Amino acid sequence: MNKLPEPKQPEKLIDDKGLRIDGRRLDELRPIKLEVGLLDKADGSAYIEQGKNKILVAVYGPREAHPKHIAMPERAVIRCRYHMAPFSVDERKNPAPSRREMELSKVIRESLEPVVLTDLYPRTTIDLFIEVLQSDGGSRCAGITAASLALADAGIPMKEMVAACAVGKIEGKLALDLSDAEDKYGEADIPVALVPNAGLVTLLQMDGHLTLSEFEQGFTMALEACKTLNAMQREVLKKKYATIKEAAEEREEAEVVA
Amino acid sequence: MDMVLVAEPKQVVAPGEVLAEGDHLLGDNAYRIGTKIFSACVGILEVDGNRVFVVPLKGGYFPRVGDLVAGRIVDIGLSGWLVDIRAPYEAMLPASETPGPRGPRRRDLSTSYEVGDMVLAEILAFDRTRDPLLTVKGPGLGKVASGRVVEISAAKIPRLIGRKGSMISMLKKETDCQITVGQNGVVMVWGKSPESERVAVEAIYMVEREAHTRGLTDRIREMISRSRVVEQVAGTQTA
Repeated sequence: MNKLPEPKQPEKLIDDKGLRIDGRRLDELRPIKLEVGLLDKADGSAYIEQGKNKILVAVYGPREAHPKHIAMPERAVIRCRYHMAPFSVDERKNPAPSRREMELSKVIRESLEPVVLTDLYPRTTIDLFIEVLQSDGGSRCAGITAASLALADAGIPMKEMVAACAVGKIEGKLALDLSDAEDKYGEADIPVALVPNAGLVTLLQMDGHLTLSEFEQGFTMALEACKTLNAMQREVLKKKYATIKEAAEEREEAEVVA
Repeated sequence: MDMVLVAEPKQVVAPGEVLAEGDHLLGDNAYRIGTKIFSACVGILEVDGNRVFVVPLKGGYFPRVGDLVAGRIVDIGLSGWLVDIRAPYEAMLPASETPGPRGPRRRDLSTSYEVGDMVLAEILAFDRTRDPLLTVKGPGLGKVASGRVVEISAAKIPRLIGRKGSMISMLKKETDCQITVGQNGVVMVWGKSPESERVAVEAIYMVEREAHTRGLTDRIREMISRSRVVEQVAGTQTA
């Protein structure tokens, strides 16, 4: 069997001009594409491309809880499955849920639970499916960003959308929104999820090492990025309806002219 | 205290968007942090006096006592039927709430309604702790044996009915169909001809798609009259 060669470690993560391997500045997000409501069968859906990440999220619910014993008498239960497609990484990934995926499912769920008004729908479940089609580092954050968009698209009452972004350290410098290579060969990675209006951080993890002042500076960078992402989320959600509106009203004008 | 509207009324708002600042009253899908009022869903901002609320653009059906709903029988039990009313809860239609022999005496329930039958019912009881209870006692309620069933999002039902029923009465008049709207998003259409039913169904889907646009009633009326012309032309050609 031919095996693909292991992707080589880049010689330098930051070049002489202070730019990263993909040409970004240190405080720059990767290019982001957000789409909403693209699945017909799901109650809500969203799609995100962040750098080479491609993630599809589907939301079902609130719906009847099955099996019945998982239902809570006073609120809806949120279930979340973060899953990576076998073809999402260089080497085939076993499609069975791994330890890592189970952990991510849990932390993503916990990052979203505080914003969803679950007490409006007792004895029901809200199911979230996060499918990573192509992975490029920071997929838990992109997953959260897309998942809250999908929840909003499903019309589920929620305080606001959660946005998430990672910050890390590469070659001794703080860098926003790490790519896969930067995550692998860098020194630290901190995913952060923010509920902007409430000023709530619902996800904060760290691997690697940072000094306290580096952490503080990096954390602030991540929060700013989350706010940018949150603005994008709202824009995309509203644009879906604005597009229909414009088309309908344009049609009307065309009729008047005719 | 000052009351300032931050967002434009009748505009689409996203969850977490600031709607107003000040002493407004909170309506549906609005919540407050400090002095600011935020939206809790995607929808249209509406302002009524000093009450601020958001009419959702999406979302499933949540039962309310007194609602007229249409559902499908999914199971027959010993004392009644289980009905799918497109809510997160399975509704129960007890035999005692249907016309026919009452009491402990057993009758074959499937002679009244079979699995798959469509019934028009009213929600008799429902709260957070119990599944909805239905009744078919009442004029016009019971099995739906004919007509066309259109399923749309329950969030669009208020728009389909319109202010004081303006949209639905226009639809009935223009398409010459009888239309019954279930609050759960199930709409039933009975027309004199398949063509008029088709036009009505088309119009209902258009309301669902364009619920948040302005001048919708006129546009729908326009669409109906246009399809009537097309039909007449087609009619004369075949004749």
